[in-house]
Amino acid sequence: MRAVVTVVGKDKTGIIAKVSSFLAERSVNILDISQTILQEYFAMIMLVDLSDAKIQLSSLAEECSRLGSEIGMSIHVQHEEIFNAMHKI
Amino acid sequence: MFNYGEVLETINMVEKEHLDIRTVTMGISLLPCISGTAEKTAEKVYDTVCKKAENIVKVTSELSREYGIPIVNKRVSVTPAALICAPFADKSYLIGKALDNAAKELGIDFLGGYSALVHKGMSDYEKQFISSIPEVLANTERLCSSVNVGSSKSGINMDAVGLMGEIIKKTAEKTADRDGFGCAKLVVFCNAVEDNPFMAGAFHGIGESGNVINVGVSGPGVVQHTIENIPNANLSELAEKIKRTAFKITRAGQLIAREAAKRLDAEFGIVDLSLAPTPARGDSVAQILEEMGLESVGTHGTTACLAMLNDAVKKGGVMASSRVGGLSGAFIPVSEDIGMIEAAERGTLCIDKLEAMTAVCSVGLDMIAIPGDVSSSTISAIIADEAAIGMINNKTTAVRIIPAPNKKVGDTVNFGGLLGRAPVMPVHSESAEKFILRGGLIPAPIHSNKN
Repeated sequence: MRAVVTVVGKDKTGIIAKVSSFLAERSVNILDISQTILQEYFAMIMLVDLSDAKIQLSSLAEECSRLGSEIGMSIHVQHEEIFNAMHKI
Repeated sequence: MFNYGEVLETINMVEKEHLDIRTVTMGISLLPCISGTAEKTAEKVYDTVCKKAENIVKVTSELSREYGIPIVNKRVSVTPAALICAPFADKSYLIGKALDNAAKELGIDFLGGYSALVHKGMSDYEKQFISSIPEVLANTERLCSSVNVGSSKSGINMDAVGLMGEIIKKTAEKTADRDGFGCAKLVVFCNAVEDNPFMAGAFHGIGESGNVINVGVSGPGVVQHTIENIPNANLSELAEKIKRTAFKITRAGQLIAREAAKRLDAEFGIVDLSLAPTPARGDSVAQILEEMGLESVGTHGTTACLAMLNDAVKKGGVMASSRVGGLSGAFIPVSEDIGMIEAAERGTLCIDKLEAMTAVCSVGLDMIAIPGDVSSSTISAIIADEAAIGMINNKTTAVRIIPAPNKKVGDTVNFGGLLGRAPVMPVHSESAEKFILRGGLIPAPIHSNKN
């Protein structure tokens, strides 16, 4: 199962490192990653694969949201299909 | 991979613009529960509902976390109870109680279907069932009731309309300690739909299969935001934008509906794309209309704005889902919409204007408080007007009106939560009693003869 991880917040050093090691600890594989600065804000979108993950998608979403509050970023993890449904015909 | 705009748009819709799945409603047929006695039937009803919907709360909260979209309400609708109570209508209350207990057991906030369909005629057992409504609504918490009194195909059953005026009054009196709260759980329909997932009017139609999932999506805030972003657009451009937004919202609903049906081992029924407001600011249909250019909802131009909104929402929704159903359009419940509440308090929004609005939106006079001393025949006449609009225009109309005991025009009735607060609105004081007492059937319109 694939999911989209979105990280948004004020730019600072080490965001990608923190998030990717957090995912690696849970055996969540990163398939694609894209990052930019949008109006002074850090924005990153990752496509991840949970096939070998040690964790369910719903728990991953909760844990990432907690990690987000710890590092002062907003982190969302959502099933890939929601974006396919809403933005592709 | 997705682009930033798309991903962030979805997240913004949820975080800032109140996009949510308003309800996942499981429709359950109670026909297999009919037994020899009321007691036995009630027992089977309780067991069936508890078993079929056992996982509804668990599954919907999982889906909500996985897809990152809030699912606000989990509900159940059942076969109109009057059908299964027919052999023992004097004990209908037992079925009502069993349904309410099942809702509590499941942990859902409302269960709909304490309903009767009497649009062409009313048998004694149906009359007896309807007469039980005030008592049942007063003694249950989560049960919702509805009665269909007319249809474009059959006309309007004015005997039922007359009776419902009295039933609404009695329901208000029996729940007088809560400002007539019982009436917030009672809807009178013309052209009721069989797959509506929204309360209080949801029931599981007789033409439906045994166990289905219907999903209601909402997003007044998202539509309002879309309009805010193009302040100088003309109305054709606006309609186009609303359509696109409705499309995206409905697609999210369709995805959740299919997945919920799969996990709950039910059939996917329909997606109902209705702009259903809540009392929260930024989640209001009235504010959409005001964003379109009205100083206040209720002023001249309101009906035209609402007509355009309702139509654009439907067009976007129909394209987005393989099965659109329910009411699909814009809701205008006064107490549940901060913009409507404020306009009613200012006196800009009156019942007559609301009635005109119901001719072009998806429902009817909804969550309106009127003085407690209004006569039952006046309430029946309000129902008759609404039913006439529905019958002639081939659309669903409904009346959910609260004659708040001991309250006068200018007072406010507070129901709290999603049901909000309603300023008590004036009604015409001239009588319609003679008209209502005539009874009989208003024949179906000429354009119903299509065979």
